[in-house]
Amino acid sequence: MAFFQRKRRNILPGFGLSMGYTVFYLSAIVIVPLSMVFINTIPMGWEPFFSAVTTPRVLASYRVSFSTALFAAVFDAVAGLLTAWVLVRYRFPGKQFLDALVDLPFALPTAVAGICFATLYSPVGWLGKSLTSWGLTIINTPTGIIIALIFIGFPFVVRTIQPVLEELEPEIEEAAHCLGATRLQTFSKILLPHLFPALLTGATLAFARGIGEYGSVIFIAGNLPMKTEIAPLMIMSKLDQFDYNGASAVALVLLLISFSMLLLLNAVQEWQQKEYR
Amino acid sequence: MSFEWTKKITLFASLVLASGLPGSVAEAAGSTTLLNVSYDPTRELYQSENAAFTQYWQKKTGQTVKIDQSHGGSGKQARAVIDGLEADVVTLALAYDIDAISDSKLLPANWQQRLANNSTPYTSTIVFVVRKGNPKQIKNWDDLVKPGVSVITPNPKTSGGARWNYLAAWGYKQKQTGSAAQAKNFIKALYKNVPVLDTGARGSTLTFAQRGLGDVLLAWENEAHLILKEFGTDQFEIIAPPVSILAEPPVAIVDKNVDKHGTRKLAEAYLNFLYTPEAQEIIAKNSYRPRNPAALKKYAANFPKIKLFTLGEVFGNWRSAQKTHFNDGGVFDQIYTP
Repeated sequence: MAFFQRKRRNILPGFGLSMGYTVFYLSAIVIVPLSMVFINTIPMGWEPFFSAVTTPRVLASYRVSFSTALFAAVFDAVAGLLTAWVLVRYRFPGKQFLDALVDLPFALPTAVAGICFATLYSPVGWLGKSLTSWGLTIINTPTGIIIALIFIGFPFVVRTIQPVLEELEPEIEEAAHCLGATRLQTFSKILLPHLFPALLTGATLAFARGIGEYGSVIFIAGNLPMKTEIAPLMIMSKLDQFDYNGASAVALVLLLISFSMLLLLNAVQEWQQKEYR
Repeated sequence: MSFEWTKKITLFASLVLASGLPGSVAEAAGSTTLLNVSYDPTRELYQSENAAFTQYWQKKTGQTVKIDQSHGGSGKQARAVIDGLEADVVTLALAYDIDAISDSKLLPANWQQRLANNSTPYTSTIVFVVRKGNPKQIKNWDDLVKPGVSVITPNPKTSGGARWNYLAAWGYKQKQTGSAAQAKNFIKALYKNVPVLDTGARGSTLTFAQRGLGDVLLAWENEAHLILKEFGTDQFEIIAPPVSILAEPPVAIVDKNVDKHGTRKLAEAYLNFLYTPEAQEIIAKNSYRPRNPAALKKYAANFPKIKLFTLGEVFGNWRSAQKTHFNDGGVFDQIYTP
């Protein structure tokens, strides 16, 4: 009886059905495929697993992947905030066009992006030519990887901030201004706290995407062992040696790190929202 | 021209992605359809061979056959077949990849003895492509390790062609000095001069020819000729080193799949056809070295005299070469770890 009553407290009907659907959906789409990563590593045993994921080259590849993804995410957070701001707060001709451009990195096959960057920054390419004459090399360096990841992650930040910014009425800013806040104060005390959760989500999505990104990066990274080899490439090269277990092991490590980061992010957001209230 | 090239590469990249997904390639496999799963640079070769074979088979049996091709990195293609891509025949860059398929019981372990010449209807070798005029005067393997020379070659972990490049360089030094330790030092010095390791042979071609990186590209002989054709002989030239490796890209029937499709006879006829004078001539026209002496003689101008050593002479067999050099912790890993 009590169970029945508890169920009735839900305002929306069909909780059982929709929850069942959600669990089924998540299992079929996410959990079952990803569980293969675990299952493939089980026959390895602890020792081979540990040595597969801690060879110097693999460790170096985590370093490359995580540091470049972090750089790119931070850059995207700043640039994305600015772009979202411009797109929401101002009216200008061609705005719709710009808005559509933001989504392009989602739509473009990443390999195409990689080839474009590699061609652009090559020593004979448009940008690469002048950069080389100043003694700067982008292609085949970590900077190249960061540039590709900035491109890939950019829409995540813009698209998560945009709706929040749209809800934030300009009147709030005006009120703050009337009450004597400087522009900097208005931004840091009024706007940023509102935007911060969205900004964090966007940046984390960009970061997570950057860690897993393969297609665009391999064309510009140079793929030099210990220097510019990304973790997904280690997975690919293990697969090319028919080392399914080793590939799964590295994949598992990436998966665990990414997942714990997403969990951490959720926790931070919850804490942040409580704090703000 | 270069736009065309980019388009081709883009198309190729998407094909590789598509072929990586088991089941995404049409599983059309009636008794008159063959699927030939091959490696990267053979696209043009098998287009011509398939047309010739279709005609030949029509004349012989009155049956119209269709041959589907799938191309990609050799290792990736082997994996696709292991993971369920129902290839009737595989024509890959190196025997090790077909060994891997035989490990999963799709064809017997002695597959390489079933056809003539180690089951390789054609051979190839590794040559150098340099910029016009050869400004760095690169003529032999030793020139590759000179300071200031930048060498483009793909990653041997992910590319079959790159493994042939590596083994050619190693074999050259080991045969010259008789010492594996010196060969290792040589390889280490050589890869110090490599600024980028692309994942496939075509990727390296692009890096060198289109992006202008490097002074010399190590390439399949046929790929080298393709570069000259695509980018023009006014930009690049081929340098044949005095010594190189005899690369033998093998072919095999995938027994499990042909039995399932009922295509064994057709598949056997297809592979045997590759050894006929007609097919051998097509092979030579595509800059692969034919086995048939007559065809080789006819196109001798395209194939400079290089002293070729076999993989067996220096490395025993592919399995041991793979294990010593390219597996995790192997020599290739060692030269990069301090």
